[in-house]
Amino acid sequence: MSDTASLERRSHAARDPGPMAAVFIVLTIAFMTVALILPLLAVFVEALNKGIGLYLSSITESDALAAVRLTLFVVAIAVPLNIVFGLAAAWAVTKFEFKGKQLLLTLIDLPLSISPVISGLVFVLLYGAHGWFGPELRTLGIQIIFDVSGIVIATTLVTLPFVARELIPLMQAQGKDEEYAAATLGASTWRTFLQVTLPNIRWALLYGVLLCTARAMGEFGAVSVVSARVRGETATMPLEVEILYNEYNATGAFAVASLLALFALVALIAKTILENQFAGDLAAQRRH
Amino acid sequence: MALKIENISKNFGATPVLRDISLFTEDGEFLALLGPSGSGKTTLLRIIAGLELPDAGAVRFRDKDLLAKPVRERRIGFVFQHYALFRHMTAAQNIAFGMNAKPRRLRPSRKEIRDKVAELLSLVQLENFGGRYPTQLSGGQRQRVALARALAIEPDLLLLDEPFGALDAKVRRELRRWLRDLHERTGLTTIFVTHDQEEALELADRVVLLREGTLEQMGTPEELYHEPASAFVFDFLGDSVSFPCEIKGGVAVIAGAGVPIIGPHPHDGPATAYTRPNGFDVAPGDGAGLAAKVRSVLLAGPDARVDCVLDSGGAIEVRLPLDVACKLAPRDRVTVNPRTVRVW
Repeated sequence: MSDTASLERRSHAARDPGPMAAVFIVLTIAFMTVALILPLLAVFVEALNKGIGLYLSSITESDALAAVRLTLFVVAIAVPLNIVFGLAAAWAVTKFEFKGKQLLLTLIDLPLSISPVISGLVFVLLYGAHGWFGPELRTLGIQIIFDVSGIVIATTLVTLPFVARELIPLMQAQGKDEEYAAATLGASTWRTFLQVTLPNIRWALLYGVLLCTARAMGEFGAVSVVSARVRGETATMPLEVEILYNEYNATGAFAVASLLALFALVALIAKTILENQFAGDLAAQRRH
Repeated sequence: MALKIENISKNFGATPVLRDISLFTEDGEFLALLGPSGSGKTTLLRIIAGLELPDAGAVRFRDKDLLAKPVRERRIGFVFQHYALFRHMTAAQNIAFGMNAKPRRLRPSRKEIRDKVAELLSLVQLENFGGRYPTQLSGGQRQRVALARALAIEPDLLLLDEPFGALDAKVRRELRRWLRDLHERTGLTTIFVTHDQEEALELADRVVLLREGTLEQMGTPEELYHEPASAFVFDFLGDSVSFPCEIKGGVAVIAGAGVPIIGPHPHDGPATAYTRPNGFDVAPGDGAGLAAKVRSVLLAGPDARVDCVLDSGGAIEVRLPLDVACKLAPRDRVTVNPRTVRVW
């Protein structure tokens, strides 16, 4: 009796928002306007402030193009690496029992809780000219810090959790029975992975890849520590924005920033489309 | 002898799940592994399939060591309790999976695979459901797709883990009969796990009863039911009533009345007597035997359920023919006597 009463109350509350709900909705919208929508608009307004001509020449300028190329290059290496790592980690954690599993799960989350600046500093400490392995690397002729390779490594590390974290809860929920069934039917591990495991996680994987890509493009903290910040050589898009801004070239800075924001928006829209698809998929699996 | 299991033991951490289990199946036999939850029956099935490894013991199939082979080379069909169908594949694709997974030189042609899938779909009476995804099938239909998928690899042995566990009562009974027919047609050596004694007794040629990882009794359903080896077997295979008694000169003396003992006779002295609820005579008035008062008489059913409160404390529920029970009324004084008992 009291159960049905509380249920009714709950659905009632969901249907017509009372005065408190209105306050929360207004607060949320106000906050989002100030913190998100206005700044995003400002980026595009500032970028186009001095006319479309200057905007176009700002983003087609050779250093800006080099920054776009470098960012895409870093993403093209960091994201595939994290797909491989994310799949391997999720597969290991959810399909096998081993010692130290909990530790691995905690470690995967570490890059999310540590400030990227610290990650960058650690790389300098390890691989910099005066770092732990710096002299050895120098005798081998390998330079990591202040080089593109350092930017790639730092970005990879900072974006490491994104794919794995999307896959692990889903694969845990799906269990191991389908893989076992495939084994009893004579399928090899590789065939089982390709035809059973991978199709079951495809939407979550794509979603993780998009998040990872968006994060990799925008990475600033760790990259700003390990990069030499030479425009046209070791400046990614976020670094290029900062350099231009520090040179009082606001239009240039906002033009590059607008490009970065555009990339992020595309990723966000793709993510939303996937999320709908992915939600349907998940619901279907729950019914199963 | 098709499958031979010798002295299998298995522990999960410090908990023993199977202790020194030995059993065998004949070719073409339908064997039930029966036991309450936690008896180790599913673990034993998974060891045969290769999904778990035993800590000790051997599993042989036609004199070949099965434990030395990986799961995918054992040719054992396994039907999972929750079906484990590949959720992104249609029923037909599920059934074809095992044939497609064969190495190229052994793989049947596309046409052969298509024909075989059609044949199996008709065997499990799902001719028109090949294009459906698992989510578009009912529980019973999924179960049959899982069975067809397991049969598609032409296994030497078929294992079913609680095949009817997730289905409602009516579908269970239908599928049970159907599975028995299917077994008679295919003649495939089959082992199934169940916690339902009725299912095991009805379906199996032989039943293996497990309790806390040990083998309690193995035999035909008739043997288990009529010659139970222990109080546990007797109790697990049907409703049972027990009460204290005194063994004297080959009979069980219960409240002054001597009752014949069937099965093994223990030595003289105090013991516990067991019988079924329908193994009682109930006479009105006082006499030799358990004095009691009728609490309720339930006549709705094929036989009557009479609930009696014993003067010595406690209650027993007996089953009587309707014509006898209709003469009894609540608060009547009666004498209850088991006709025969088993004593352990």
